[in-house]
Amino acid sequence: MSRLGTLSAADRPLVIAFGFILVILAVGTVYTLSTTGTMPLLTPKYLLLQLQTGSFLGICAAGLMAVILIGHIDLSIPWTLTAAAMIGTAVGGPGAVPAALAVGLCVGLINGLGVAVLRIPSMIFTLGLDTVLRGLMVAQTGGYAPQDAATPLMLTLAKSSILGFPAALFVWAAVSVAVAFLLSRTTFGRALYAIGTRERAAYLSGMRTTRVIIGAFVLSGLCAALAGALLAGYSAKAYQGMGNAFLLPAIAAVVLGGTNVLGGRGRYAGTLIGVVLIVLLNSVLSIMQMPEALRQIIYGSVIIGMLLIYGRGDRVTS
Amino acid sequence: MIGRWLAGNRGFAVAIALFAVLFVTYNLMHTRGFSTAVLVQNANESVAIGFVAMAQTVPVLMGGLDLSVGAVMTLSACIASVMVNGTMGEIVFGAFVTLLAGTSFGFMNGLLVVYGRIQAIIATLATGAIAIGLALLIRPEPGGDVDGDLGWALTNTVWDFADTYGLAQGGEAAWLQPFINIPVPLILQFGIACLVWLPIKRTVTGMTIYAIGSAEGAAFVSGLPINRAKILAYTLSGFFASCGGLYLAIQTSSGNADMVQAGAYTLNSIAAVVLGGTALLGGSGGVIASLVGALILRVISFYFRILDIDPLLQPLIEGLVLLAAVSFGAGRTFSIRNRLELFR
Amino acid sequence: MAAPIIALTGVSKSFAGIRALEGVDFAAFAGSTHAILGENGAGKSTLIKIIAGVLQPETGEMRLNGAPGRFAGPNAAADAGIICMFQELSLIPDLTVAQNISLSRPPRRFGLIDRRAQILRAEEVLARVRCEDVDPRTLVRDLSLSRRQMVEIAKALGRDPRVLILDEATSALTARDVQTVYDLLSRLKADGVSSLFISHRMHEVEELCDRLSVFRNGRHIETFAKGARSDAEIVRLMIGRDVTAKYPPKPAPVARPAVLQVGGLSWETALNGVSLTLGRGEILGIGGLDGQGQKELLLALFGVLRGVRATVAVNGKPGLPAAPVLAKARSLALVPEDRKTEGLMLSLSIAENMVAAAFDKVARGGIIDRTRVAALIDKGVEVLQIKAGSVDDAVSTLSGGNQQKVVLAKWLMTDPQIIMLNDPTRGIDIGTKQEIFRIMRQLAEEGRSILFYSSDYAELIGCADRVIVLYDGRVVRELTGMAITEEALVAASLNTGDAA
Repeated sequence: MSRLGTLSAADRPLVIAFGFILVILAVGTVYTLSTTGTMPLLTPKYLLLQLQTGSFLGICAAGLMAVILIGHIDLSIPWTLTAAAMIGTAVGGPGAVPAALAVGLCVGLINGLGVAVLRIPSMIFTLGLDTVLRGLMVAQTGGYAPQDAATPLMLTLAKSSILGFPAALFVWAAVSVAVAFLLSRTTFGRALYAIGTRERAAYLSGMRTTRVIIGAFVLSGLCAALAGALLAGYSAKAYQGMGNAFLLPAIAAVVLGGTNVLGGRGRYAGTLIGVVLIVLLNSVLSIMQMPEALRQIIYGSVIIGMLLIYGRGDRVTS
Repeated sequence: MIGRWLAGNRGFAVAIALFAVLFVTYNLMHTRGFSTAVLVQNANESVAIGFVAMAQTVPVLMGGLDLSVGAVMTLSACIASVMVNGTMGEIVFGAFVTLLAGTSFGFMNGLLVVYGRIQAIIATLATGAIAIGLALLIRPEPGGDVDGDLGWALTNTVWDFADTYGLAQGGEAAWLQPFINIPVPLILQFGIACLVWLPIKRTVTGMTIYAIGSAEGAAFVSGLPINRAKILAYTLSGFFASCGGLYLAIQTSSGNADMVQAGAYTLNSIAAVVLGGTALLGGSGGVIASLVGALILRVISFYFRILDIDPLLQPLIEGLVLLAAVSFGAGRTFSIRNRLELFR
Repeated sequence: MAAPIIALTGVSKSFAGIRALEGVDFAAFAGSTHAILGENGAGKSTLIKIIAGVLQPETGEMRLNGAPGRFAGPNAAADAGIICMFQELSLIPDLTVAQNISLSRPPRRFGLIDRRAQILRAEEVLARVRCEDVDPRTLVRDLSLSRRQMVEIAKALGRDPRVLILDEATSALTARDVQTVYDLLSRLKADGVSSLFISHRMHEVEELCDRLSVFRNGRHIETFAKGARSDAEIVRLMIGRDVTAKYPPKPAPVARPAVLQVGGLSWETALNGVSLTLGRGEILGIGGLDGQGQKELLLALFGVLRGVRATVAVNGKPGLPAAPVLAKARSLALVPEDRKTEGLMLSLSIAENMVAAAFDKVARGGIIDRTRVAALIDKGVEVLQIKAGSVDDAVSTLSGGNQQKVVLAKWLMTDPQIIMLNDPTRGIDIGTKQEIFRIMRQLAEEGRSILFYSSDYAELIGCADRVIVLYDGRVVRELTGMAITEEALVAASLNTGDAA
């Protein structure tokens, strides 16, 4: 505890989250050793497989982080992802991935305008847009899984492997490098932190706050759309509700990675650790054949428990 | 007098007018419009969403939000589907446990927000997951066993209620005749709303809920009990949500731990609050208004049936109604003269 | 004279190392209306906050009716009969007048708030302040500012005060309301209530009060009965003879080319046709009592306000900037009123804050050049002598004075031609104040122009080449060079019409 005390406030969540990852791995390994006598969790092949499925979540979380940094939230991720995948596969051919990204761009623009110009609380506006997208997709497909198949590019990006590593990991890595660069080295990124800390001061410093807020939502929409295109490739097609399982984990990953829900604070490395934590938690729970019910309970409890621990640290330092 | 009420409750008045127009038109278009059967059916389908809307309203009044209302309602329905049967005593006990479970869930949300200092969004999102998990534990498959008599009595008219339990001479008593065609669900809904909310509104703690949403700083300087009011708000939210769950279980005679449905209820609860005219930033509005908002949402969905609109369009319309309602209220943004006021 | 109802002995209080009150002895008596006089920052607000239980004194003791008293919070003080009306209204806009008047202790019946009794009680107190026109059932948000202030007074009355503290309670009232409040105070006085009255309006003080206490720089200077001192003597006590800050020498007045010309600037009710000209290398002071439109004037010029009517030329180019980002592009800078919420992003680092306005100087195509950032920050820290451990520390770790220097540095990095300062030395220690004055003069000598609002007349006298005094959103007086004196400023601020 005394060592934790010497860490800077920004690093503490990262260290706690990282420690929790080790705990998850240890618990999972003890479990597999005691039941089957093996330890698959610690083999590179298994870990890579987990990270491959985790890359979709990782890409969503990267975009969501930009929105959370400005103190807002994007609840439209599930159906942005699904709509992008469905429209992408429906367009097909070489235009599939650009079409998917265009969906994300449009959703992001609408969200951004609603929040930055109309100044409607992001929670409400993005939730409403999520429902509209669901309605549009349900109406378009008749409520069934569309027949269109993923294009070869989607399949390649999601499923093939390069030099023994899954291609999806490379996509996630590319997105990560881009977002990390954006956050730390560009005026856009720094403006995100400024707006999230105190929008009033950022505005009075002559920052283009409206554009930056719209930009953050566009980034989130694009990331969700890219994740949708990849997930369609991974499953070989798009399907109803394919994005439902991404919202809570993405928010959890960003928040557990130490990003302040009220905005202004957070590092991309933390989000990465948060994603890995969620992915490993999921895989250990499935190794243990934990029923969905207990998974949900553990999920919620972990989020609350870790936030309580982070919060305690904050209060001690302040 | 009426003029002043209108000025202070413009959103509520618009909601009532909109509902009246929608509902009367609906009955005019319906082949069996204005009949008791249609009214009973409509009332039954509105109770759960009505309670969830009421649940959402209380935190919103103080500028908060509860994303767990749908999940808590689902959990309560699953508990009720297991416990509300057997002898009269067992039924009452089962209903009590159901309501207690939801209320404690809300209380826990309040503690997390006030003493855990976790943002309401994240805290209720996480406790919502826990509630769904518990619901799945209790009821892994949809189904259940709820007392049939109770189900019949509570989902029909006053006459059926009296008939089922042999009260008031089996519903034939003369004094009962003016009321026999009123659906029991309507009485339950408005009864609980008025019996619980109106008294609470008239306590210092209840008034503090409004004060927090209006001007938290001034509320603090004036010595109002801020923490107590916040905990009360989330507790009430849990209580109303569990009322909705209990009724849903009685109505369908089963429980279903359906995550998607829980999410839809949460969304609709927010839409109902907005439609009822409660300000999203808190301070003004009320539980009864949201109840009317929920009724509007439901009537819109009834139109799908009589107009033969593809039910697949329902989510689209729901979303558009919500977006239209919130954008409608955003006009104020453009009349602000000092742009610094845009940043709260 | 009878024993005092409230007596303070040797009370001191400081904020962030700055003394707000130092060894103050003060007594107030029942049946007396007691004026507390002093300039901005003299310690009046701190004094009444201690009496009202909002703040706790560091040293010294307070006695209530002879018994030692110390209040845990505003509620405890209210229970003892000490009721305070602060400048910031404590009304809840979305509740009705009746609910607000009996907010924390409403009348009850069967455990619930009795609305009828609540309304009756409200009607009764409203009648006492002659506000029968205010319906207790209206929402406070629907009342005008002057009505709200009367409701605030009614709310205080409704709590049966033994000691009533009015902090600038009449600032927004109409003439009729002021007369009502005067009558009310004399009736309360007859009932044995002790009133503490803070006002900047001398004629009010003279009409109402029987005792006056003058404060200066956190010290109690003198208490005397009304009539014991002439107005001129009171003003001198308030100003004091000790010079509290040294100012860099002013240059001789010269003709200066105009860089900013403003004509007939109006906005809502706050600004009613302000005209001014700012010359190159000039420090133009803006004076007047608080709340006469000074802040709005600076915000309007910076493009923050909507619906401003004015003819403006910046560097000869006509047009008012429509947003801060455009104002910045036209070489304007604004050090805003509240450095904690408007000037700085407190939890971000010093470096981050310093480059917040100068991205276009350190980035190309949106990508930040780190070496240029580092060079710029080093220069800023050196020029302004910002004392910090590391520029990567959060700016919240700095003292108030150094924080304000960071705000200044942020704008200097944009190389502005016109720098607007909104009360930049508020809550800053004397040493840093002098540094800021030195920097201001240096900037002016470099050919930059400064528009400088200060609530402290001494600063205007010490720094400004020329001063315009605002009253009710208009320029009522312009003073140049040697004519900028405290007497002239005070007289112009009160808009008495005679040039003192």
